[in-house]
Amino acid sequence: MVEGVISLVQSLVNGLLTGGIYAMVGIGLSLVFGVMRVINFAHGEFLALGMYLTLWLFRATGLDPFLAIPIVVLAGGALGWVTNRVLVGPMASGPEKGYILMTVGIGLVISNGLLLGFGAHPQSIYTSYSTATFQLAGVSFSLPLTLSFAITVVVIAALYGMLNRTELGRAIRATAQNPAAAELQGIDTQRVRNAVFAIGVALASLAGVLLLPVLYVIPTVGSVFTRKAFVVTVLGGMGNVLGAIGGGLLLGVAESLGATYLSSGYRDAFGLIAFLLVLLLRPAGLFGRSQA
Amino acid sequence: MLEVREIDAFYGPVQVLWEVSFRVEAGELVTLVGANGAGKTTTLRVLSGLLHPRRGQVLFEGKPIHHLPAHRVTDLGLALIPEGRQLFPDMTVEENLLTGSYLPRARRSRAESLARVYQAFPRLKERRHQLAGSLSGGEQQMLAIGRALMSQPRLLMLDEPSLGLAPLLVKEVFRIVEEIRAQGVTVLLVEQNVTQALAVADRAYVLENGRITLEGSGPELLGDERVRAAYLGI
Ligand SMILES: Nc1ncnc2c1ncn2[C@@H]1O[C@H](COP(=O)(O)OP(=O)(O)O)[C@@H](O)[C@H]1O
Ligand SMILES: [Mg+2]
Repeated sequence: MVEGVISLVQSLVNGLLTGGIYAMVGIGLSLVFGVMRVINFAHGEFLALGMYLTLWLFRATGLDPFLAIPIVVLAGGALGWVTNRVLVGPMASGPEKGYILMTVGIGLVISNGLLLGFGAHPQSIYTSYSTATFQLAGVSFSLPLTLSFAITVVVIAALYGMLNRTELGRAIRATAQNPAAAELQGIDTQRVRNAVFAIGVALASLAGVLLLPVLYVIPTVGSVFTRKAFVVTVLGGMGNVLGAIGGGLLLGVAESLGATYLSSGYRDAFGLIAFLLVLLLRPAGLFGRSQA
Repeated sequence: MLEVREIDAFYGPVQVLWEVSFRVEAGELVTLVGANGAGKTTTLRVLSGLLHPRRGQVLFEGKPIHHLPAHRVTDLGLALIPEGRQLFPDMTVEENLLTGSYLPRARRSRAESLARVYQAFPRLKERRHQLAGSLSGGEQQMLAIGRALMSQPRLLMLDEPSLGLAPLLVKEVFRIVEEIRAQGVTVLLVEQNVTQALAVADRAYVLENGRITLEGSGPELLGDERVRAAYLGI
């Protein structure tokens, strides 16, 4: 009996810790969609790029993944800015949905670039704390995942504060709600879009760093995370940043419970099943405004 | 202050403005009137940088501005209150106003501007923490005007500010427009409410099917038979 409860709590804890990172992945996608009405089909590939950059830094210089965060996040942000400025932005304002081909293409270039540079075999890094855990009331917490979760909470809170309290945040929300009116207030909406895309890619890169210590990576890992990011975003309601937090946690828990009680081989499938169930019952997402 | 020279404007292949020319001198209240679909909104979109003309020029204080993006035009001191208010519905009243003073130039005196707007529109102060989308039509128009004033414009352009308002509120809007002008802001007013617009205007232009067909002082056009027949139903 007691053992059963502990194993349930253990599964929930594991799910929530991973779900926090999923939330961050989803928020990046959701923010970009909310402001630009663009679904970034390369979102997961940017995450993969963050992973491999961390891996490369670790191998080349021995830099600890957690210490690599500033470098990877800044690199991701810069790459996101340039990508939107040069590739996605011009397509997004066009009459056709050319951005879909563009972002899918960017994703292909990234995953094949990674294949070329790093090979197809699964890779991971081993740090002194990769498998470290600590116990709390009989439940064991993975040290890297707990640390990652804490970082995620701080980053999401900072992002939320930025959106609601700063000049840039107001400009982002204004651009999302009415781009022409935002321009009329003196807001350079093209720059705002670049900034938002940069933030989206930076968040994906950060998630890549945080997942590296607990995951094997292969060059195609990006598509898995693009799919997870969709699930999180749709669960939370498209463009709803707060909803993405709930969506991320739900996805993490669904995967974890499914893996614990049904079959760990189908971990990814349980998230999708939960996703389909929610969509059947609430087509606008868990936190979306339901269409009357 | 503002000079529009032979503007041709298109939406895709469709031409909407033909050689539109007019001017607004500093301190004037000029109105542009015309029927629905005449091209008034399109003209203001060109002046504010939201739409770029295919031919012609817009000069603001002697400098060409027709190639600039809208945010640069606003920075020069030209503010547009667009048709239908175009507020940020999911932001509070105060956030809408703060967004109006986004430009560094306007940010410096943000506190004074805000105090002045709240003094002119006490209702907005009462509702400053309410979402803009929850305001009544009249309050939304006040907020749209307040938001534009936050950018400290030297030329204020209003696109049908009286649209959809009850008669009493329409009078109030015209009173506010005159007051803004009295405070030294040049005004370009676009209206379908021709009688009242001509009554407050120093000068007026009539736009018909994308062309300027008449110009004169407010009283002159009010007395013009063609105007009376076409717009006043007399
Ligand atoms: N976005 C648009 N795309 C195509 N045609 C438009 C667009 N906006 C306005 N028009 C057309 O341009 C003409 C002028 O419209 P508009 O400038 O809005 O007139 P007004 O403000 O005087 O009512 C109309 O015939 C209208 O149908
Ligand atoms: Mg109009």
